[in-house]
Amino acid sequence: MDEKKLAIIATKGSLDWAYPPFILASTAAALGYETQIFFTFYGLQLLKKKLDLKVTPLGNPGMPMPGGMEKFMPVLVTALPGMESLMTAMMKKKMKSKGVASLEELRELCQEAEVKMIACQMTVDLFEMDSSQFIDGVEYAGAAAFFEFAGESDICLYI
Amino acid sequence: MADFDQELDASGLNCPLPILRAKKTLNAMAAGQVLHIIATDPGSVKDFDAFAKQTGNELMESKEEGGKFHFLIKKS
Repeated sequence: MDEKKLAIIATKGSLDWAYPPFILASTAAALGYETQIFFTFYGLQLLKKKLDLKVTPLGNPGMPMPGGMEKFMPVLVTALPGMESLMTAMMKKKMKSKGVASLEELRELCQEAEVKMIACQMTVDLFEMDSSQFIDGVEYAGAAAFFEFAGESDICLYI
Repeated sequence: MADFDQELDASGLNCPLPILRAKKTLNAMAAGQVLHIIATDPGSVKDFDAFAKQTGNELMESKEEGGKFHFLIKKS
């Protein structure tokens, strides 16, 4: 079977960075790609059973805000207590109203499509993460092991 | 609209949901059966074109009607 391969390295753990790996992986799987995602560093947050990811305009000058607010909102304001939670809530609400799938749904679709999810053993140990916090079906491996698949992949993305 | 065996209403759903739902529905269908998909996501036009090309399922029809997009995909 001449199946194309997609390898994704997911390194970020905020809400806005969580979507691309799952959307790309689920879509590729729907198109018949063999897909594997290697979660490392903050990407490990995406493997938790209970997802509680945030997004913040602080340090994110490219993030659009309602009413074009990003053009005049001082950076200092985005650092105020509660702003991160507010922005996260607004983003989630917007996604829901636009019919964008939730992260949990996308992740579930990935699992259904047999996308292999691999957690970087090194960073799991580094952050002293408890693997019981992760969803089922996660494999543990190191970079070298992932290269076996990544080296053969047609598309390899670093997110 | 030509005959179809099953209908999938993906209205209100945005990328990549229409494709993912279609894939799931097609999996449960027999070869030769036709799936009618209704979507509101304008991106779905190109998506289904690519989906058909890449998965080898035939995109029999793709049109806009009544403000929605209609696709007929035959499972190969």
